[in-house]
Amino acid sequence: MNGHAIWTMYRHEMARFNRTLGQSLLSPVLSTSLYFVVFGAALGSRIDEVEGVAYGAFIVPGLVMLSVMTQSISNASFGIYFPKFIGTIYEHLSAPVSFLEIVIGYVGAAATKALIVGLIILGTAFFFVDLTILHPAAMLAFLLLTCISFSLLGFIIGLWAQNFEQLQLVPLLIITPLVFLGGSFYSITMLPPIWQTVSLFNPVVYLISGFRWAFFGQSDIAVGWSLAAIALFTMACVSVVAWIFRTGWRLRD
Amino acid sequence: MAAIIQIDALSKTYGSGFQALRDVDLSIEEGEILALLGPNGAGKTTLISSICGITRPTSGQIRVGGYDVLADYRAARRLIGLVPQEIVLEPFTKVRDTIAFSRGIFGLPPDPARVEQVLRRLSLWDKKDAMARELSGGMRRRVMIAKALAHDPRVLFLDEPTAGVDVELRRDMWDIVRALKADGVTIILTTHYIEEAEAIADRVGVINGGRILLMEEKARLMRRLGKKTLRMELRAPLPDLPAALTGKGLDLEPGGQALLHSYDANDGVDIAPLLADVTAAGLGLRDVQTRESSLEDIFVDLLKDTA
Repeated sequence: MNGHAIWTMYRHEMARFNRTLGQSLLSPVLSTSLYFVVFGAALGSRIDEVEGVAYGAFIVPGLVMLSVMTQSISNASFGIYFPKFIGTIYEHLSAPVSFLEIVIGYVGAAATKALIVGLIILGTAFFFVDLTILHPAAMLAFLLLTCISFSLLGFIIGLWAQNFEQLQLVPLLIITPLVFLGGSFYSITMLPPIWQTVSLFNPVVYLISGFRWAFFGQSDIAVGWSLAAIALFTMACVSVVAWIFRTGWRLRD
Repeated sequence: MAAIIQIDALSKTYGSGFQALRDVDLSIEEGEILALLGPNGAGKTTLISSICGITRPTSGQIRVGGYDVLADYRAARRLIGLVPQEIVLEPFTKVRDTIAFSRGIFGLPPDPARVEQVLRRLSLWDKKDAMARELSGGMRRRVMIAKALAHDPRVLFLDEPTAGVDVELRRDMWDIVRALKADGVTIILTTHYIEEAEAIADRVGVINGGRILLMEEKARLMRRLGKKTLRMELRAPLPDLPAALTGKGLDLEPGGQALLHSYDANDGVDIAPLLADVTAAGLGLRDVQTRESSLEDIFVDLLKDTA
């Protein structure tokens, strides 16, 4: 394993995060604060509690997940797409590094950035609502797994994309609707039965439900199913990346 | 001298069906400067990309320093530095950071002293904190070379290093290449400029249609294929070549203003008897010139013959 190379790529990506600190940190913090104001304060005054939890607190796991998923995807997809776009990818391809090392460097950096953003949003939430985390270790584990798996997905999107429009397409048309319809701001038990069944086909539901369990000890779906879902999703992404290793798809002619 | 790069039966066909390389065999000796000449689409960049790991060969074998570029890609690539044709630099990264990145991605630990050495060598030290977007085209090209040298390669590939640069910068680049050769670095450069190959190469290869048409030591090539032309400008134009001068290898230039005689520059030909024959035929000479064929003539002839 070429440790120096992995560390070099990781640090290089983190340096971009530092260069754009305002955009990287302030933007998600600001938008999350707005969610708290709009959903927590405005809607919260009409919805008192959901499953015994104050609405303002109930939406915290969903909001953290929303930001973590979108940040993971955008960081990882841009991270690998940018060198492809400007042409500096030649250096990665001609260096003595394996695809696995490239993935560890780029996905690792994207996951780290998303984790930092997620923790900062969580910290921000404490300013708005009373919050207790019942299972902090499980919460961190869910958060970390989500960062890694969605960064892997972002990496795949970055390799697949051949222009900036495609880079935005999957997050915009698929990920954002799945996250919004994944129970970020509501419990799926609040939906009519038919939509509850439809929701079970949305993988994000399992992630948010499991993450919410780590906070409040209760969830829409059994926590075991949530763990299985995130493990399955991570394995699917790893399989696609492994296939990319073998074929050099979109990287090597 | 030992071969640092050994290529056997290398072929590359792209997904589109375009065959960029056809059964290429090539041996490159350590410490030499090899210039690869060829028109656009000849296969120069595909050949370099195959050696460096950017393109996967369809068949054949490439060994660098004895290491197979596929089976032992880590060991093989550590020996290689690549300066691609396009200047591609991250616009917001500082010069010294981009050099440090290139060193790190090749698996070497951070070494600010070595980075400084590389930057000083390429006259970039005073630009170390500048971002790539703030540099001139010439400086950016130097940064590309510095990146390729950051991990101390034994072989350096320069893909059209002077394409689109002014004469002064081109000569500057040649000095850098000569200095690297003096340090024992093997240099393979592709170029459109025959003048470049003539000025700095030890060996010259001509590639076209994915095939190596010629690979020869430059001086020997010039001797083997070099021709001289003697041009005798006449005081008065002639309608036809006089009968007394036929069979002496003379041609009348279109328009009749001069007589032309082509001969092998290496045959030790004495032109005095020919001049005497012309004078004896009663022709007055205004001027006499000789012109030696350049590498460009050889290149053009070679491409014409294989077209």
